[in-house]
Amino acid sequence: MTDNTPTVSGSEASEASRSALARFLDSDLLHSFLSSKVTVLAAITTLGLMLAALFAPIVAPFNPFDLAQISILDARIPPIGMEWSDPRYLLGTDDQGRDLLSGILYGMRISLAVGFLSVAFAAVLGISLGLISGYVGGRTDAIIMRIAEVQLTFPAILLALLIDGIANGIFGNIDRETWAIWILTFSIGLSFWVQYARTVRGSTLVEKNKEYVQAARVIGIPAWIIMIRHVLPNVLGPVLVIATINLALAIITEATLSFLGVGVPSTQPSLGTLIRIGNDFLFSGEWWIAIFPGLALAILVLAVNLLGDWLRDALNPKLR
Amino acid sequence: MFGFISRRIAMALVVMFVVALISFLLFRFVGDPVNQMVGIETTPEQREALRQSLGLNDPVLVQFFRYVMGAIQFDFGNSYQFKQPVADLIGRRLPATLELSFASAVFALALGIPMGVYTGLNRDSWLSKMFLSVSLVGISLPTFFIGILFIFLFSVTLQWLPSFGRGEVTQLGSFWDTGFLTISGIKAIILPAITLGLYQMTLIMRLIRAEMLEVLRTDHIKFARARGLPNRSVYYIHALKNTMVPVITITGLQLGSIIAFAIITETVFQWPGMGILFLQAVQNVDIPIMAAYLLLTAFIFVVINLIVDILYVVIDPRLRTERGRA
Repeated sequence: MTDNTPTVSGSEASEASRSALARFLDSDLLHSFLSSKVTVLAAITTLGLMLAALFAPIVAPFNPFDLAQISILDARIPPIGMEWSDPRYLLGTDDQGRDLLSGILYGMRISLAVGFLSVAFAAVLGISLGLISGYVGGRTDAIIMRIAEVQLTFPAILLALLIDGIANGIFGNIDRETWAIWILTFSIGLSFWVQYARTVRGSTLVEKNKEYVQAARVIGIPAWIIMIRHVLPNVLGPVLVIATINLALAIITEATLSFLGVGVPSTQPSLGTLIRIGNDFLFSGEWWIAIFPGLALAILVLAVNLLGDWLRDALNPKLR
Repeated sequence: MFGFISRRIAMALVVMFVVALISFLLFRFVGDPVNQMVGIETTPEQREALRQSLGLNDPVLVQFFRYVMGAIQFDFGNSYQFKQPVADLIGRRLPATLELSFASAVFALALGIPMGVYTGLNRDSWLSKMFLSVSLVGISLPTFFIGILFIFLFSVTLQWLPSFGRGEVTQLGSFWDTGFLTISGIKAIILPAITLGLYQMTLIMRLIRAEMLEVLRTDHIKFARARGLPNRSVYYIHALKNTMVPVITITGLQLGSIIAFAIITETVFQWPGMGILFLQAVQNVDIPIMAAYLLLTAFIFVVINLIVDILYVVIDPRLRTERGRA
């Protein structure tokens, strides 16, 4: 992530970056990535789904939020290949006549957005607290780690539910539609910070006693600059692995909360919301409304999980 | 060892105190209890009288003390939605959740252990590889979606098992109603229990597999083989026994998350347990129920953690001196 080479002039810098690219092309990481077919497939799937979600307004055949494009007469049309299907709707339509494929693409957008935002929030919070805990030590360290220990006793999903419930109790009067996603992101992020804090604290304890940190301290650099500029870049490796695995967990948590009806409002349906809506139609034979969004969710999470598994093994020098 | 245990108990008490404080602050300050109890036409004087009679004008510390004393005697106040004591509401639904958790833990252990031993012993057989890849898929599928798939397959398509409720329940004494004594009750618990236990099963399987691989390399296994003991007794007596310490820990800790994940399973299968009650409370901002649920689950988790910690020391003699000193 960083190289401790001294600053270089322009031409040398481009030389260094070229050799960095060459180094990457020749690295173990790339080699181990290409040699695992499952990982390459998972990476392609993840990238494809993310791009499809990002460009949903361009890729999707319909806009499920545009009332002019949906008609209740088209409700509950089965997917292609079944009787009564309509060639316009590849995966069929939901109870309000919205194209399911478009709904899934737009829904995945919200699921991914909440996933990324809450992982970023958890990572920033966890890394900062971990850095402070490890670098400052003493009573600060004891308090932060005690809180982490207590929080670790409870499963993340329960915490996220509780925080969401409390936040809605406190902010009961405000506009739920706009804030629900932020409250959700906040509750998921807050229930995942502990892992980052513990990992970063562990590596900080090791880095803190190395010579470069001592040198920085001796020449009088303030503690917070040492933490951010010198220690932080050297403890980020394991954080990347946790973040990847947490992304899958955060997406599942968001879907679960939305399925339970406490997540995103139904005007902005995520994958979990779509499954909840579809669940009501399972018994009347319209299985596709729940099953297709569920499969999309499962494929997304599986691909991210596989990437995370590979990254963990590839970055772990013990396994080489 | 005594020092270690008493330190753990002290820690558990601190955790419970903090949770009780949070739970009290919620109960007292999120939403106004008086507003929730009276109608619009109540006069300010009546409100003030109610406020006085509920003791809401007392110092906060006195109120906290009263809340904790009440909680110790299972008095958590009245639910805003149901206008009934929270303790009664929870008590009535506790048996359903506990039976579901118990059934799924039994399922997870009964399948997870043999599968783990098998995959540990036959690393390269196709069945092991299948178990492992299925378990990876199982971890990636959210619990609620597994439940939906089960309902779709076994209730809607094949119509073998019911998709909601507990079936017929039998009253045992005044506190407990069980679904284990009727056929419809047993049929009703199968799908929810498997849904809830699937994740734990894969976890136990992977854990036992990893432990088996490690234990089989140790000297005492080689020695047991050298003595000419039959494979079966080497594997199941000498090897499996040594994998049990982490399994007990993880299973114990997983009991807590079974209770948490029961919220999801209960929602999917309309299982009339505590989880649904809690979820309704979250949706309707019914603070007394949320506060009580928080306290109750915290208590269960803390007790489980304590037992696991103590068991750890009791089972593994190596930890006694090290941890005792630490």
